[in-house]
Amino acid sequence: MTPLSSCLMLSALLFSVGFAGVLMRRNAILILIGIELMLNAANLNFIAFWRYGSAPEALTGVMFVIFSIGVAAAEAAVGLALIISIYRHRKTTQIDRINSMRG
Amino acid sequence: MLFTIFAALTIAGAVAAISLRNLVHSVLSLILAFAGLAAVYLLLGAQFIGFAQILVYVGAVAILIVFTILLTRNDGTFGTSSQASWNLGALIVIAVFGTLAWTIHSSAALQHALPPQPEATMQQIGTALMVRFALPLEVIGLLLTAALIGAATIALHEKQERP
Amino acid sequence: MTWIVRNLWLIPALPALAAGLTALAKRHQRRYSAALAIGAMGLSFLLSLCAFSQVMLAITHGQPSRQVVNFPWFEFGNQWLKLGWMLDPLTAIMLVMVTFVGLLIFIYSTGYMAHDDNFTRFFCFLSLFAAAMLGVIIANSLLLLFMCWELVGLTSYLLIGFWYHKPSAAAAAKKAFITTRIGDLAFLVGMLWLFSQAGTLLFYDQGAGCLEHSALTAMVAHLTGIGMAASTGIALLIFAGAVGKSGQVPLHVWLPDAMEGPTPVSALIHAATMVAAGVFLVARVYPLMAAHSDAASALSATTALQVVTWIGAITAVFAALIAVAQNDIKRILAYSTVSQLGYMMMGLGVGGVAVGMFHLITHAFFKSLLFMGAGSVIHGCHEEQDIRRMGGLSKLMPVTFATYAVGMLALCGFPLFFSGFWSKDAILHAAMGWSISRIPFYLGSLGALLTAFYMTRQVYYVFFGTSRLASHHEATPAAHTAPPTPHESPSSMTFPLVLLASCAILLGAVGTPAWPWFDSFLSGEAPIFAFAGFLEHGILPVMLTSTLIVFLGLALGWWFYGRQPILSADLPDALEQLQPGIFRVLQNKFYVDELYEHTVIRWNSALATFSDWLDRWVWNGVVMTVSNLVLGLSWLARSTDTYLVNTSFDEGCNTVTTSGKLLARLQSGRTQSYLRLVGIAFAALVLVLIWSARS
Repeated sequence: MTPLSSCLMLSALLFSVGFAGVLMRRNAILILIGIELMLNAANLNFIAFWRYGSAPEALTGVMFVIFSIGVAAAEAAVGLALIISIYRHRKTTQIDRINSMRG
Repeated sequence: MLFTIFAALTIAGAVAAISLRNLVHSVLSLILAFAGLAAVYLLLGAQFIGFAQILVYVGAVAILIVFTILLTRNDGTFGTSSQASWNLGALIVIAVFGTLAWTIHSSAALQHALPPQPEATMQQIGTALMVRFALPLEVIGLLLTAALIGAATIALHEKQERP
Repeated sequence: MTWIVRNLWLIPALPALAAGLTALAKRHQRRYSAALAIGAMGLSFLLSLCAFSQVMLAITHGQPSRQVVNFPWFEFGNQWLKLGWMLDPLTAIMLVMVTFVGLLIFIYSTGYMAHDDNFTRFFCFLSLFAAAMLGVIIANSLLLLFMCWELVGLTSYLLIGFWYHKPSAAAAAKKAFITTRIGDLAFLVGMLWLFSQAGTLLFYDQGAGCLEHSALTAMVAHLTGIGMAASTGIALLIFAGAVGKSGQVPLHVWLPDAMEGPTPVSALIHAATMVAAGVFLVARVYPLMAAHSDAASALSATTALQVVTWIGAITAVFAALIAVAQNDIKRILAYSTVSQLGYMMMGLGVGGVAVGMFHLITHAFFKSLLFMGAGSVIHGCHEEQDIRRMGGLSKLMPVTFATYAVGMLALCGFPLFFSGFWSKDAILHAAMGWSISRIPFYLGSLGALLTAFYMTRQVYYVFFGTSRLASHHEATPAAHTAPPTPHESPSSMTFPLVLLASCAILLGAVGTPAWPWFDSFLSGEAPIFAFAGFLEHGILPVMLTSTLIVFLGLALGWWFYGRQPILSADLPDALEQLQPGIFRVLQNKFYVDELYEHTVIRWNSALATFSDWLDRWVWNGVVMTVSNLVLGLSWLARSTDTYLVNTSFDEGCNTVTTSGKLLARLQSGRTQSYLRLVGIAFAALVLVLIWSARS
């Protein structure tokens, strides 16, 4: 296995674990944790391709990850604020109880 | 060798984070996973990203999640979804992972020779951020400010309007 | 350019400001409003004196006597509409006259209106009027002049109808407004025509104004369809505006009725200033009136000036005839004003600007004096206006009597010592030398005779004989228990009278043939004193003739009314005894009002009835038919909708609703089920992509 493919396998694994958390847990906080894991998996991909890619001088991968981390931070803040707000209204963080958007 | 260890650590932390019943425990496992990932970044030569990972994820996001857990403490119910949906979810996750793994395995892009270790010094990153990526940097600053204000507004304790 | 020229706008602006501030005053703030109005007017008067001396200085130093300030008002298309003001001898003399007379009348009003409830409103209107009038005078643009002109008309309406609770006053105000509107319409049309011809409405604009040589030449050369020069047409239309404003025949009917307003208003508006605005307008656009093509001899009068002369001459006699048979003290003066305005027009027509304007100025002084004297009499006699019910006032109101006598003699043109003599004489002399016809001269002389006659009649009725006031009040005992005695008016009323009386005497000195100061001032030359002016051709005979005529008129008046004192108010007039038929015609003002009633107004109402009928039956019928048609069509459309479109539409709706319900089941509201789908779709997408890339 080349270093790149092992990195990619790690990333895929991490993504799947995060996805499993999103799909199989009902607590909104855990779902958010899963999402964070998926984001990190994506970041790992960028770094890996930067490291083993063809033009590392351009630093594109690194830059992308920096901005991705920034966006992720914003996402986490807003997401958690939403969870708190929802909790205040519905006294729950169980995602399957929050279905007022049902068609 | 080091890579394998850190990768295993990361996966273990991630699995623990999503499977533990106690939320605080899962956050601690999450921190483990983040730290492992940071180590992987360092191994890959992205020092800045590694430290940023630790600062942002371990230092900020994880702490934020802990606070949220504390604020929504008396939820009462823990646990996973119903058995049927759990099974379905597991099936889908396996399918996704299988797809990904197969794709990676069969990809032609991985057959390249190993390039030399690229340079990613702080100076280079700083120059790139200030020159080529100046506008995105500004935008991300704006986005963070907006998110900060938005989060504060959303989470603010609303006044009871109805008597 | 001197300070006063640049700030000439202050002269109308100050009274306007005073009017605005007075309008905000409370009703009981009498002192404040009067002080404000008089103060503003006084300042304007001082500024006018500055302007006057500026012009004088310019003339003595041989500088050009006309200075203009123009400024752009707004832009339309690719040209600017400009407004402006100017200072020339005509403006200067009018400014001084209007502000001076206006100031005196303001002071007089504080006495006359002292007991009126709407004292502040009165001063607000007066100030506004003064502002508008001064605006007319300084305007260097026909448009600005027109705007102020209309403002003058508006304030005149407000002031005539000041006692609006009296139906006659309200009707008189309406009549004045509508009648002058007829003239103003012509004025407006003339103005538009002028703009289309000259491309500007500025009078003087460094060679580009509409009264300057190039524009005039173009307008004279431009012939209309009926072979008349455009300048003549425009001049006649503008003159129509002047006819309306100055109460010339046939639009004179409003002026006598306007005496329903308070007497200071009559003095200010309907004797001294507003009615003079028409004469002033003609004098202002005189270059246009007198514009002639090079082919015509410079001496012969243009068509426009001929019209002005004839209208003026006819008006002078016509109104004087009516005045002979009136019994209302103010109405007599009103008709006398109409007659004198006719003189002014005639003077403009036959002799040019200076002749007409000189009479305007002298007339403004003695006629406002007469009106204010009449006001004093009315005030003293407790609002009695019928001269048959006065009498013997010379002892009771000595100051009023003395000043009134001065005004009366000035109006009659009593020789040598009174201003009216000189100004009227100038007109008659010019009429005598007119190239077209002698008739205006004869008409003017007849008018002078009649003027002397009716003024004598009035004075005998009012001031001599026995008091007939009591007999009147015995007839209506409900009004007063004791017959009131007439009394002299307060000093705020007599002071302006005395001042004006001295002016009425002294002003004649500036326009004698020996020292034609006024004439040369208006034409911008230094005056020359020469006694030989009296000996110039035709002057002495004319002076002698007019002197004879005046004495004849005075003697006739004495013969009819002075020989034996008038004893009773109910006795018929001396002239009525002699010629009852003619007297009745005159008393009814030649039935002009009735004529209008039966022609113009009847036509108008017939037209209105016809229009009403047309509207009600023809147009309404068309509209109803159309609307019924539309109703029928819409009924058809509705039926189609209900029975054809709706059914299929409902079917479609049901289908959409059913399918929507079906699809809504997918929308469970559970986030995780969505995410599951996303996962499946992701996996499927990757597989498809790879598979398609392989094959």
